[in-house]
Amino acid sequence: MMSWDAVYSLLPLVVGLPLLAAIACALLDSHRWRVGLSILFAFLQLSIVVMLLLAIQHSGAGASYRYALGGWGAPLGIDLVVDGLAIILLLITALLVLILSIYSAQYFSAPNKAAGFWPLWWLLVAGLNAAFISADAFNIYVALEIIGLSAVALVALTGTRAALTAALRYALVGLLGSLCYLLGVALLYRAYGTLDLVQLASTVQANPLTWASLALISVGLLLKTALLPLHFWLPSAHASAPAPVSAVLSALVVKASFYLLVRFWLEVLAPATTEFAMNFLGLLGATAIVWGCIAAFRASRLKLLVAYSTVAQLGYLFLLFPLAAASDISVPLIDSVSDVAGSAALAAVIYFIIAHALAKAAMFLAAGNIQSCYGHDTIDKLQGAARSQPIAVFTFAIAGISLIGLPPSGGFIAKWLLLNSAIQNGQWWWVIVMLVGGLLAAVYIGRVLTIAFAQTVAQSGDKMSTHLLPRGLAMCGLVLAISAVLLGFNAEPVLALLEGSAQISSMGAGGL
Amino acid sequence: MTQDLLYSVVGVALFGIGVFGVVVAAHVIRKLIAVNIMGIGVFMVLLASAHHGAITDPVPHAMVLTGIVVAVAGTAQCLWLALRIQLLDENEAGESTQ
Repeated sequence: MMSWDAVYSLLPLVVGLPLLAAIACALLDSHRWRVGLSILFAFLQLSIVVMLLLAIQHSGAGASYRYALGGWGAPLGIDLVVDGLAIILLLITALLVLILSIYSAQYFSAPNKAAGFWPLWWLLVAGLNAAFISADAFNIYVALEIIGLSAVALVALTGTRAALTAALRYALVGLLGSLCYLLGVALLYRAYGTLDLVQLASTVQANPLTWASLALISVGLLLKTALLPLHFWLPSAHASAPAPVSAVLSALVVKASFYLLVRFWLEVLAPATTEFAMNFLGLLGATAIVWGCIAAFRASRLKLLVAYSTVAQLGYLFLLFPLAAASDISVPLIDSVSDVAGSAALAAVIYFIIAHALAKAAMFLAAGNIQSCYGHDTIDKLQGAARSQPIAVFTFAIAGISLIGLPPSGGFIAKWLLLNSAIQNGQWWWVIVMLVGGLLAAVYIGRVLTIAFAQTVAQSGDKMSTHLLPRGLAMCGLVLAISAVLLGFNAEPVLALLEGSAQISSMGAGGL
Repeated sequence: MTQDLLYSVVGVALFGIGVFGVVVAAHVIRKLIAVNIMGIGVFMVLLASAHHGAITDPVPHAMVLTGIVVAVAGTAQCLWLALRIQLLDENEAGESTQ
């Protein structure tokens, strides 16, 4: 067992390494060095996360590990916790960061843009990783702010008026959200005298003060996750950012706050949640699916379409709550016996997060490539894109297959698992919403492909061929899209991995 | 009504005023001031919770300090963005009059 303990002691590096990379990229003066260092660090990060994953698997299902930074321990010090749920998010983050770093190395070829990009990029990664493994409610606030500040700056990187306006709105919404979250945490501290998530989970009672803090924390995190009525900031921010930033915002940043919502609703403040509130979240999610698809269909610009599609896809994630409420997933924290149907819903949602992260990142990269070739991304003027940009359109189509949920893609497996769990719980109405959502997604993706494959005589063709992209830019998106589909072919090992992680029980309860 | 309860209630009230301001105010600077008022409300609630009779709990103080740093950073970022937008608009206006 000695060797696995050594692996676990790498846990602080998951946050420390990106922070170090951020500082190094800010200090280094050469573009070449920054890129080289970033890709090296991305590899290192991925290998550390893979080692942690192996250690978690070795320890068996439902295992978790607590690391006390500086040896201070729970009530006063900052603890890091990694369990099955956290490790999966760390893994998908490390994987996407590696591919997107390779993409960005070519995308930001102009040194002045790149100088701003890399430090912010790594700061964002550090914030994401910290949010996944923090065991302390206030530390999560700090992580959220690191994510918020760096994401806003990344959105503003293009410097156009649209990007700056979107970034300002994003910044204000972010501040509003994190202050709501902080007040919720302040109320919790006032009531229970601790910030540690595990200690909170074991002492929390259902009373008005807990409900108030649950409401504040939820509103704050829902703002950042952009669930339907609170999604107004997302399309402009995600659509006006540079392509790799859009990809990471849609694939990971909104998932981080969703992950925290899952932690608080199903784990930390579980005793204070009610079935009515869970169903309400599900209802908002269902509305988001339908409304997001319609808005995506009506979008005039390609990146805006992809951003609205994110609003719709986020809706599916929230179906977790009514499904979990029906099967009482919240019990396992105390007696660490998990309900089968409930953990099936959680496994489905984790699968959905992975599939959507891969497909949506691919789609944004493809949209970005099309945009930088054409100089615009107005959908109606993209006739003939399939001929001039075959790889980008192919990437878009493959990612689309996964988003629609057609077999054999990862998106299909994710939806099929969710459908299964809905049927098991007898909540057939969600099945209808999911089927309608898939149909509508097919309509808006079909619209783009129809225009892209349209033959036009009027288009001379020479105008766009002047901007030939480096092959690597096209390939990164393609790799992501294909892995989103392969995820469906390799459902067995991924599901086996989820089997253990779906029990978010015993978070740091015993350690090892 | 004890002193720390009074502080908490006032803090929550300030938070509410701030939220109202962010939603209602049209001008960016007003929105930003409202966000800062929200922040002060949260900090007051935290400081009030540090007060346990004769003993003072240092943890909320550390949280407030961190919160202030974050609020300064966020405010600076918003101001910078607002300034950049204004400069872009002024340049555009200048070009169109020439």
